[in-house]
Amino acid sequence: MGAQLRVYKRRIRSVTATKKITKAMEMIAASRVVKAQRKVTASTPYATELTRAVTAVGTGSNTKHPLTTEVESASRAAVLLLTSDRGLAGAFNSNAIKAAERLTARLEAEGKAVDTYIVGRRGIAHYNFRERTIAHSWTGFTDEPSYGDAKKIAGPLIEAIEKDTAEGGVDELHIVYTEFVSMMTQTAVDGRLLPLRLEDVSTDASAATGTEAPAKGQPRPLYEFEPSAEDVLDALLPRYVESRIYNALLQSAASKHAATRRAMKSATDNAGELINTLSRLANAARQAEITQEISEIVGGASALADATAGSDK
Amino acid sequence: MAAELHVELVAADRQVWSGEARLVVARTASGDIGVMPGHQPLLSVLESGPVTIRTSDGGTVVAAVHGGFISFADNKLSLLAEIAELADEIDVQRAERALDRAKSDADAYAERRADVRLRAATGR
Repeated sequence: MGAQLRVYKRRIRSVTATKKITKAMEMIAASRVVKAQRKVTASTPYATELTRAVTAVGTGSNTKHPLTTEVESASRAAVLLLTSDRGLAGAFNSNAIKAAERLTARLEAEGKAVDTYIVGRRGIAHYNFRERTIAHSWTGFTDEPSYGDAKKIAGPLIEAIEKDTAEGGVDELHIVYTEFVSMMTQTAVDGRLLPLRLEDVSTDASAATGTEAPAKGQPRPLYEFEPSAEDVLDALLPRYVESRIYNALLQSAASKHAATRRAMKSATDNAGELINTLSRLANAARQAEITQEISEIVGGASALADATAGSDK
Repeated sequence: MAAELHVELVAADRQVWSGEARLVVARTASGDIGVMPGHQPLLSVLESGPVTIRTSDGGTVVAAVHGGFISFADNKLSLLAEIAELADEIDVQRAERALDRAKSDADAYAERRADVRLRAATGR
């Protein structure tokens, strides 16, 4: 076998092996997306009910709580960035990191110092490489986050927000994660978790029309809080933050698997194409070899014929 | 006044139970509370404890709930819990083992949790 042909054959073998691996990864990711999606759906009722309860307390009482009140001049903000532990997911991680950097730049332009909290090895590696400080980081559960993981993350964040700014506490809490829109679309989004923005539509509406101006903070459904509105809010808000983080973790996980699936699918397609091209080249090389052999034989034979013809004369 | 109220019992990662009920008894931070249709809007912090739901068809659903909230408005009652288990789902032997373990480890929180599960499962 000629050298050229042997090289092609070897490359085809190696690409075929790679294709098998990427194909398997594609299948695994596809099954995990479905699972992760199911978890997102399962966690939705809790999040919805909790949001309803928070809105009820927020609009139903005029309690002031550090987690709901806007700080006049916020000087420090925490950014929680959700990435994955593993790569091979196309632009998934770099998109999330880029969104976090945009948010950080915006906050810094507003004159706020930014503490970065990171979930996932990819984000940590990115920040470590650039020698930026990370306030806190977590790894090891990005593929299948549990509610306990969300609690672990929420703990230090709530602690930071309850501390005074002078002692290293933060005034705002932002989160950057990848929203799972569909199997084909996942977008990196950022949002502010705390202080809470309560869309107090009802009081705004009555104030605008001037009808039966209720006393300030008059609850719409007159809720009875037990033991007291403050205590309920105290207990409610950390849960609310946890559930929002949990939801973001689940969406990130689903998005990551979807991104992996897509990346691996294009890798598989690419490998298939490469195998086709290489096979054609190998065929051409084989044909060239045969042609050359024939012409060598023919050339040799005719040289021999010429030689014998000459000696006869 | 409506004779029944709609109950949603949801845990952090799933919906545990939902349906119509005539009475819901739960343990809040300030004591046991019973909610019947037409109750005043209420929002309260739940303690670890069993929650009893008397369904409109006469049955009883018992669940062990660990931490969370009860909220009631417009004849709709939501029980939000980080962890919630229906009595039927609880493995009594496992809960007993967990209780023993918690007692030997002097882990008050785990002991309370196991105790609540046991009580919900055995109906005491």
